[in-house]
Amino acid sequence: MGQITLKNVSKSFGATIIIPEIDLTIEDGEFVVFVGPSGCGKSTLLRLIAGLEDTSAGAIVIDGRDVTGEAPAKRKLAMVFQSYALYPHMTVAKNIAFPLKMAGEDKATIDRKVADAARILNLTNYLDRRPGQLSGGQRQRVAIGRAIVRQPSAFLFDEPLSNLDAALRGTMRLEISELHHQLKTTMIYVTHDQVEAMTMADKIVVLNAGNIEQVGSPMELYKTPKNLFVAGFIGSPKMNLINGAVAAKQGAATIGIRPEHMQISTSAGGWKATVGVAEHLGSDTFLHVNADGVGPLTVRADGEISVRHGDTVFLTPDPTKLHRFSEDGRAM
Amino acid sequence: MARAVSTRRKAAFTAAAWLVAFVIFFPILYTILTSFKTEPEAIAGFSLFPSWTSENYVEVQTQRDYFKPFMNSVVISVGSTLLALLVAIPAAWSMAFSPTKRTKDILMWMLSTKMMPAVAVLVPIYLIFRDTGLLDTRIGLTVMLTLINLPIVVWMLYTYFREIPGEILEASRMDGASLLNEIVYVLTPMAIPGIASTMLLNIILAWNEAFWTIRLTTTNAAPLTAFIASFSSPQGLFWAKLSAASTLAIAPILIMGWFSQRQLVRGLTFGAVK
Repeated sequence: MGQITLKNVSKSFGATIIIPEIDLTIEDGEFVVFVGPSGCGKSTLLRLIAGLEDTSAGAIVIDGRDVTGEAPAKRKLAMVFQSYALYPHMTVAKNIAFPLKMAGEDKATIDRKVADAARILNLTNYLDRRPGQLSGGQRQRVAIGRAIVRQPSAFLFDEPLSNLDAALRGTMRLEISELHHQLKTTMIYVTHDQVEAMTMADKIVVLNAGNIEQVGSPMELYKTPKNLFVAGFIGSPKMNLINGAVAAKQGAATIGIRPEHMQISTSAGGWKATVGVAEHLGSDTFLHVNADGVGPLTVRADGEISVRHGDTVFLTPDPTKLHRFSEDGRAM
Repeated sequence: MARAVSTRRKAAFTAAAWLVAFVIFFPILYTILTSFKTEPEAIAGFSLFPSWTSENYVEVQTQRDYFKPFMNSVVISVGSTLLALLVAIPAAWSMAFSPTKRTKDILMWMLSTKMMPAVAVLVPIYLIFRDTGLLDTRIGLTVMLTLINLPIVVWMLYTYFREIPGEILEASRMDGASLLNEIVYVLTPMAIPGIASTMLLNIILAWNEAFWTIRLTTTNAAPLTAFIASFSSPQGLFWAKLSAASTLAIAPILIMGWFSQRQLVRGLTFGAVK
């Protein structure tokens, strides 16, 4: 079990409101990602759930039990920190065993569970090493190992991959997703990286200045963003947001079109544009163009197209994929 | 990017470093050499070649018992260090892990007491010691050295504890550790190197303290600093014996410092470089 409900939860530090009242339900077994820019309150929200911060108001309910005033250890949650937070004086085995030792488990059970966790996480050969002798990815695995041995009702991940290099981040992302499929335990994952959010989540919670902007599946957020903030935050490269006469023609204050939803032609199309930078990745081509009467746009084309800096191209946005936003930034 | 340094430059820096080290070490070396001279040799003028007599050491031990002030030094320096740690560990702990708005002010205030010249409070301290019967007692001196070194001990430990990442403590809380478990299994093992080098440095400071140890003792509790000073008597200076006494006084701390230099350097530079 691992259903987590936040009821009117808020957090203030003195007069500064970090999180205004929030209501959120995370279902058992869900992989939920809190995503948002730095300082949006996503880590604070996670820490409130963990019990590492006290709520200013509201209630946190885990599996029907109000845990708002309870100590972190009593909430049956496990957390993986950004800095790994391993105990540097203990071996890998002792790090993983620590929560079991604290729970008063007998030695045979501890040994068995540590061996199981080490096998799942490919750490069997490193059990006698100290954290200082491990690579970043291995350290993160130890931190995950320490979390899984407790068999918690939910895992909390606080930007666990942000200290790793890009290649390792990709691998670890897959490993965590696989782990979720294997364990089927609720996971709450905080990140500012929307690619992590899109690839891992069952449900994404987009946060901005402590407020929940939108909750939904990755595809819901991608296809039907509720407002300009979500439209601009979800998707990589970002959605092109266009104001002025072009938007007014569509009866909106702002229109949005994703880079992959425009057709590129070198002969004819809706918007005439001059190529500024062309990024050729082989699988895709990204063009950063300046369109006449529209402004700067990013366009994505499948595969390789041979355009260079200074070339003229014509862009035709797919009218069915056009997003329209009102003056107050809401989707129309 | 590392700067390229030519071999000649490196050699020049090395030579300069050795020269500075030699200049600093020379007084100690000369004291040791003088301790192996006869009294006439010692006052005759500058000479680096003693006659290698051991009579000064024999006389120092027979005329005035070396072991009594030595034991006083051990008891006072170790005692004051343990007492200081007993007070400073919880103090530094709470300031590092539960700081308040006034924590920095308190730390600065503690440090500011070290800026005051000791002689400014000599009379009141002396009178307090006299009236409470603490003059020339090991307990009195231990308390005194505890108090004068406490600010440094608190500062050092505070710096060490601040280096322990807060997330590790939070992780242990998530892992179900009680406050006691957190202290026993996580904090203490991580803080031991810091506590050890603080202890080491404080023992050295207390061992070398001369202002209060000379002024608040006569015979019973006099440590090695007072023992050395006693060779500068109204009857005249006995350079060779004074040097022998000094060598005997600094020898234990020099040996301890030599064996623990890595810990000491780490202790002194901790927090300076991330």
